[in-house]
Formats: sequence, C-alpha cells, structure tokens
Amino acid sequence: MKERRRPANSRRRFLLAAGGVAAVLAFEPADATVAEMSDAMRKVVGGAPVAKGRVTLELPPLVDNGNTVALTVRVDSPMTARDHVKTIHVFTEKNPQPNVATFRLGPRAGRASVATRIRLADTQTVVALCEMSDGTFCSGSADVVVTLAACLEEL
Amino acid sequence: MSASGDRRAAVLALFLAAMLSAIPISAGEIPLALRRSGYDFMSRETRAMQDDDSVNPAMLWVKDGEALWNARAGSADRACSDCHGDARQSMKGVAARYPAYDPAKRRPVNLAQRINICRSERQHAPALAYESANLLALAAYLGLQSRGLPIAVAIDERTRPFLEAGREIFNRRQGQLNLSCAQCHDEHWDKKLAGNPITQADPGGYPLYRLEWQGLGSLERRLRNCLSGTRTQAYAYGSPEFVDLELFLMWRWRGMKVETPAVRP
Amino acid sequence: MARALITVPASARHGEIIEIKAIVGHPMEPGFRRTQLGTLIPRDIVTQFACTYNGVEVFSADLYPAISANPYLAFFTVATESGTLVFNWIGDNGFSVTESAAIAVT
Repeated sequence: MKERRRPANSRRRFLLAAGGVAAVLAFEPADATVAEMSDAMRKVVGGAPVAKGRVTLELPPLVDNGNTVALTVRVDSPMTARDHVKTIHVFTEKNPQPNVATFRLGPRAGRASVATRIRLADTQTVVALCEMSDGTFCSGSADVVVTLAACLEEL
Repeated sequence: MSASGDRRAAVLALFLAAMLSAIPISAGEIPLALRRSGYDFMSRETRAMQDDDSVNPAMLWVKDGEALWNARAGSADRACSDCHGDARQSMKGVAARYPAYDPAKRRPVNLAQRINICRSERQHAPALAYESANLLALAAYLGLQSRGLPIAVAIDERTRPFLEAGREIFNRRQGQLNLSCAQCHDEHWDKKLAGNPITQADPGGYPLYRLEWQGLGSLERRLRNCLSGTRTQAYAYGSPEFVDLELFLMWRWRGMKVETPAVRP
Repeated sequence: MARALITVPASARHGEIIEIKAIVGHPMEPGFRRTQLGTLIPRDIVTQFACTYNGVEVFSADLYPAISANPYLAFFTVATESGTLVFNWIGDNGFSVTESAAIAVT
C-alpha cells in the first residue's frame, strides 16, 4: 500500500485562483490516519500479499459535494464457480473511520461490479481491496479532490 | 456543524467580502438566451443522478407523494385524487405556473401553500408544516407532472406588484455583507465561490435533492441557506417576501424547463 | 419517505446478466457529528444489506457511516429462473426494511 505524500503546511491548504474568487479548500481531517487504514486492511488480509491491479475504482476526480460521491468498483474476473470475486472492501484514509463498505458476491453475480455513493471528509485516496476465490488479494485506488459547498446550513 | 462549520463559515465570509470589493459597476439581468440551468454547472456524476429516476433518491419522496395524492385525509375524508383525478393528467403543467394568484388571499401563493389551502378548505385536514416530509413529497409529485414543460407564471395587473416586490428583494443589498442576490446570480454566475460554481439561481427544479442536505428541500430552504451565507436575517417560510421572490425567480426563468425533482450539489 | 426504491428488469433471458439497483430511505447519521451546543448526535445507520434470489443470497454488503444518506447500491446477478428477489436492510435502533421484486426468466 502506498503512503500518501503530505505537504508540510497541510494544516490548511488554500489553492486560490481567479483573483481570490474561486478556491479549492481542504481541511485536515478530524481524526483518521493513513495508519488506521493500513490497520483495517491488515485485519482483512492478515499477512497475505496484496497485488496491485485487476481492481478498478471509479470516483470523480473532483467532486461537487463530499456528502455524496459516486463510487463504482470493478474487478477483472471471469466470475465462474472456480474463479470469482468473494469480497470487495472499500477503505478511505482520511474519513473518521477507515471502513466504507464490504461487498460479498459470488459466481452468481455474473459481473464483478458494484456501485454505491460514499462520503468523503477530505481530499484523499480511496482504496478497494478484493479477495478472490483462491484466497489471493488484489487492490486498486483512486485519488479524489473534495471541495466544500458555499452556503452551508446551520444544524 | 460545530467547529468545522464555523471555520467554513468564516472562510466563506472572507470570500464574499473579497467578491464584494470586485463587484463591477455594470448591472443587469441575464439575457434570456444566456440562461443556464444549475444542471449545466454540475459534475457528470451529479447530472447522472438527476437523469435517471432509478438512481435519484428524490424519487423516494415522489413515491410517497403519489401515495398521499391517493390517500384520504381530514374530516372530509377525501383524497386529492377524489377531486383532481389522476395527477398525471390533471396536474400536468400546474407546478410550472406557480406561484399563482389566489383571489381569496389577494396575492400569489406558492405550490406548497396551494396544497395546504386544498387541505384546509377541501379536505378539512390540518396544514402540513413547511419542509415536512409529506409536504415536500406532495410538492415533488406535483412538480414531476410538469417536468420538461416550460415555466410560465401568469403576470397580469394582479400579480405584477408582487413580481416587482420580488424583483426589488432580488436586487436589494442587504445583510452584514451588504450583498444582493443579483450581485452573485446576475453578475457573477460564471464564476466560482469557494470552489463551487455560483450559478444563475435557477428555481425550476424544486423541491430537489441537495447533496449538501442529504435530502429533499424546497426553494425557500435554499433561499434561507443563501441568506444565511450573506449574513442576512432570513424570511420565515411562507412569508410574503419569499413568495414574491419566488414569483420573480420563476418569471426570470420563464420558458426554461421544470426539472423537478432535480439534484444539486 | 418511502422505504425503498428497487429497480429490477421485469423479464430477462436465461443466463443474462442483469443490473439491480436499490435505494433505501435512511439518514445514515454517522455518529461523529455534534450539534451547535456540542452534543454528540448518536450513530443511526444501516449496517447490512442482502439480496436473495429465490431464497439464495446473491449479494450482500456491510455498510459503515461513510455510506451516503439514502444508501444506494447497484450490482449484477445472472438471471437463472423466474421468481422473486428479496431485498433486506438492517440497521441501528431496530431498523429493518424488506422489499421484493418479481422477475420472469425465459
């Protein structure tokens, strides 16, 4: 699993554009860390190796609102009785919790593709970890930039 | 929203203040041909949510609205459908004409108010609260019957004073930031605010599913968000100011298509 | 709010891979948010989803607070025989919703 590079001034990053009118804001997360995501993934794989590839994680590179981010995960698998995807786990590195969802499928799925909508608290990397029917693991990831809505509602 | 909300709000105020200092002197309404729905400003993924009813969460409310349309209510024990029949025929184009003049009230009423007038006068049922799930559901179900039809509020000698009152509110500088609706939505709709498109204040998709709300909400709820963003005391739900402003926004959007139930960030 | 929206093709050819979409109405309160007075809003989420096809589970999911409000899931299954697909969501505070859809396989 790759470690994310962080800028030194990551307390608060402003990417200003268009004379200060347009901006992309990213704030530090409340409490999650990359290490927590690694721990959560280790719980799934134990000591087994994780191969990069076969897993395609589709997320918009720049999202309208972090409350609802379209996610599709596809795994390159024939989905036969002998060779299929058993589980797909989705993790985030900077949400309050690393776990997003676990999907269980099998040969009756016909196609290893699942879509959902997720919350992203910050600009970050999302990882999909897949367990195959032969017990091997593979993973894919996607980087997402999260901007904030302009006029917020008080709770 | 707590600390992060306060921090975001502070940042927002900063940007609004920066924008204010960059306001051009020229003003004016958006030429009809240049109007663009908020849909055009959204990401491909958010547009996909609006395009397909099977993935649009607003359809949860629409499904309820259909059930409510056909359910008896109040001491009259009468359903909307008992008077109006099949909404898919009888309500076609109706939402596109609201706010509409109500002779008894001697002023325009919006669709939510019209639903509640029917409830009290025809069904003898208590009014549904503003932003309640059932009122949003009925309004969304009615709005859907006009989806794709052009907005056409009736402006005549009775409604014109209210249209002008709404226009005055739209152009009035107010709140702690001393901003008018027009300064953002007529003059800077092609720019961004804190990373988000400002857009043209399109009223044609309400009630709509807003990702920020994680639910369905009315145009008035959206306007209240805008007012709080500019540090302006918000009008009450159903207030004459809001209905006048709604009438002006719908007139300003005349000929554009109803998108209910839309999806917005 | 309606409990759920299910999209399943009414009919399919034997062996055809069909897409199933399911939305359940739920706020998915994550349990990390606080009110303006600082009180923690307790977690209230959908935790599990399962889809059975004539009684056999073909897809299931564990959901966490990072799933958006009104959880949406889309997945595939092979149309094997005519029958019923049953969808079940389970969550905090005794939340349970069951919906079903019929499919004709030719």
